[in-house]
Parts: sequence; structure tokens; C-alpha cells
Amino acid sequence: MEPLCVMVVDDEMGMRTGAERALRDYRVKTPDGGEEISFSVISAESGEEALQIISKTPPDILLLDYKLPGMTGLDLLVKLAAGSGDMLVIMITAYASIETAVQATRQGAYDFLPKPFTPAELRDVIRRSAMHVVLTRQARQMAEEKKRVRFEFIRVLGHELKAPLAAVEGYVNIMKDETLGPQLAPYKEMISRSHVRLEQMKKLIVDLLDMTRIEAGQKVRHVEKIDLCAALRDAVELVKPAAKERGIKGSVQCPEHYFTMADRSEMDMIFSNLLTNAVKYNRAGGSVEAVLTPGEGQVEIRVTDTGIGMTPEEVHKLFGEFVRIKNDQTRNILGSGLGLSIIKRLVELYRGSITVKSEAGKGSTFTAILKLEKVES
Amino acid sequence: MSEETQSKKKVLLVDDDMDFRLQQRMLLESMGLEVVEAETRAQAEKILDETHPDIAVIDLMMEEADSGFVLCHRLKKHDPNLPVIIVTAVASETGMTFSASTREERSWIKADAVLNKPVRPAQLRKEIDKLLRA
Repeated sequence: MEPLCVMVVDDEMGMRTGAERALRDYRVKTPDGGEEISFSVISAESGEEALQIISKTPPDILLLDYKLPGMTGLDLLVKLAAGSGDMLVIMITAYASIETAVQATRQGAYDFLPKPFTPAELRDVIRRSAMHVVLTRQARQMAEEKKRVRFEFIRVLGHELKAPLAAVEGYVNIMKDETLGPQLAPYKEMISRSHVRLEQMKKLIVDLLDMTRIEAGQKVRHVEKIDLCAALRDAVELVKPAAKERGIKGSVQCPEHYFTMADRSEMDMIFSNLLTNAVKYNRAGGSVEAVLTPGEGQVEIRVTDTGIGMTPEEVHKLFGEFVRIKNDQTRNILGSGLGLSIIKRLVELYRGSITVKSEAGKGSTFTAILKLEKVES
Repeated sequence: MSEETQSKKKVLLVDDDMDFRLQQRMLLESMGLEVVEAETRAQAEKILDETHPDIAVIDLMMEEADSGFVLCHRLKKHDPNLPVIIVTAVASETGMTFSASTREERSWIKADAVLNKPVRPAQLRKEIDKLLRA
């Protein structure tokens, strides 16, 4: 992390050099403890000089003496208020009167440092300010990132819905104009294709609602005692028809029971998304293996398929929203591109993780770990 | 009957959306044209030699965002007299609009017409009639 720039504005040279010495080797850990913050110190003797420097290189933290020759610290604050950006101001005052404090706070000062102060007191006030600066910046960065993601989300959604909508509209127009005559029979293929595209839109919308609900924390959660093994077996039953259609064999390995506290509908979503993918992206006549392994305070669910697999680059992109690996083999496979995003969010709700191992042409293994303690039946 | 025995005009239809192809095919066949389909630029180029189309109706954004433009150039190189119509959703997807209404536009977009999706059947019919008669 870049050093934070502290500017000292004081007419006493002793103060300026003292502050510089006190902060030269001072280090502060960021609020998340991940990084170290150091400080660079610049100084000015007067308000006028300070204004000049600030207009070119605004510091992160301004240590400002209240009593200055010429322009006072308060005057400087007023002048800065217009375009101060996210600079944090600490007032140094010899007479820490309430009135001065109130006045300065009104003009945007963040903290006070009564004169005389020790190097330790200076460091303490700088540490508090540094935390504030870092937290404010992180919050702003996150807000911007969120806005960007949301915009991208809406843009892609628009695109993903438009194509199937146009296709269905085209078919309906042909039928409305009775282009192939008044009998229904010649339109059979169009009806079935419209159906496919409608299903695609429906799936997209349902997935999207699921995801936004999880995201917004609005999904009503019913955490209760459930049998995870029963949930897995039920999910397997549900994908069997689709698997059978393509001659895909399935096997389940799990204990008789694993009772735990979880939301059953969330477990269903995780299992069905994993299993559906394993069937969808499999080759005809392939196989799917689901294994549930209890561990220390956690459960591992592993779903392995013998499908088309992915290249390392494709794996890398996989967990993004609306990501569907597009190639010749996946062209006719329907999907919203949201299934794995949903799994990822749900798994995170259970403080778990989802990982994938894959080899193009051989198949993929998805491993979800959920921090679910076993409870007594 | 006479229409059947007469040799039909052949149209090369290139689009990566199978539903769009199916719909266009129907319209084109109802106009008495024989339809040959391709779903990518590469595939269209591959079958070009054996197909000898009389006209081409092609999508713009396929395997690459500008596949249609590239294909258009190749088609014209292959046969400068082959009329080409680009049918595209590019305007509604990107906000960019192209047309082939002026000589300058036609000089870089080699197409003879650019139609926006969703394309009205009457409009496509009119363009094809015009270009095949010319």
C-alpha cells in the first residue's frame, strides 16, 4: 500500500520537524490487518503556502495549526472546504476551547490535537485518522465495484433475454400470418422450438430471482434439522429422467443418514445444480458419481462426470455470472449461466467452498465443502 | 407446376441462430427460392464453391462480432455480382447503426442492403426482389 501523505502546517519549525520525526518510522496495520500503512510527511509554514501545495498535491491527512500568522487555520479550512476531496483534517490548537472545536468541526475538521502533545499522542491521532481514510476508500471502492457489476448484470440479462424472445416472436408471427396455411401440422417444429426458447427464458428468470434473493439476503431461510443424505438421494432421483434419456448411469455413495442444521431448499438448489450440470455436460452413455463424505464439522459433496470437461482457461472463467462455456459441444445445451454463481453464493452462506478439477474431453469433478456439523438424530 | 420445373434461384442463408434460420428459410422458400444454410462465416466460406448462390442473406455478429462484414468481403471477392443482404441485430445490441444506402457506405460495407432484426418479411421480400431483378 502507498504511504499516506501527512501534511503539517505550523509556523514553528520545531513542530514541523518533530512531527516528521514522530511519523518517519511509524507503521499502522490496516483495519483488516492485511497490510501495513506507512507515512510520508510534507510541511508548510503558512496557510498561504499550504494552499499552494494542496492545490497541486493534496495530502491524505492535514495536521493544521489553528494559530498561524496571516491566514488562520480556520480560514484555511473554509477555503479548503469547497474542493477538499477526501482529505482528513486534524486541528492542532494551544487553547482547546469548546468554541474553537465546534467552529472547526463545522468546517470539516475530523479530530483535535491539543498543544503541547507527545510523539505518542500524535501517532495515536494519526493512527485513528489513517484507519478512517483507509476504511472510507475501501467502502467507496466496493460501492463502485458493486455498481459496475450490477450494470454489467443488467446488460447481459438484456442480451440473454432478447435472443430467445426474438426467436419466439418470429415463430408467432409466422403462425399468425398462417404462412404455411391454416392447418396446425406444418407448424409443429416451430411450436417445439418456441417451447425450447421459452424454457430457456424461464430458467434464466427463475435462476436470476433465486440469485438476487440470496444476494439481497431476502430469501427466507428455514434452518432446521434435515437429513443431508436423504436430500442428496432425492436430488439424484430428480435428474434420473434426463440422465436416462441420454443413457447416462448414476451412482450415489453416502452414509444412511447425516443429520444437520441447514435450509433444505438451499441444499436442494446446490445438489440439483451440481447434478444437472453433470448430466447436461456429459456425453451420451457416460456416468455421474455423487459422493457425500462427512468430515470434522463439515461435509464434502463431490460430483464427478465423464463429460466434455473444460480447458484450464475455461475453468478459470467458470464461476462468473452468466458464464457459459461456448464451444461446438455446448452449443445445444440449455442453461442460464447462473447455476454455478448460485451454488457459489449458497456455499458461502455455509462458510464453505466450491472447487473444480477438469480435463477437456475427460470430465469434471466439482467438490463442495459445507461447514455443517452433524447433529444427533 | 411451371415454377417447379423452372430452375430455382438459390439463396445462401448464414446465421448462428437456428431459429432465425428456420424462420428465414420458410420466408425464402415461400418466395420460391432454394435455401442453403450455414451457421458460421467459416462454414459459409467452405460451401461457397459448390453452392453458387444467386443471392446471400447473412448475419453480422456470429463467431466474431464482425463476421458478417468479413464474409461480405469474401463473397464479393468470389463473385463481385453476387447481391448480399446483411440482416443484423447490431443496432439493438450495441446502439451502432450501419446502412448501405449511400455510395460511400457501400464502398466499405460491401453489402447491397443492411436490414435490422427483427426484419419484416415484406421488407426482406422487397429487397430480394429488387436485387434479383437487377
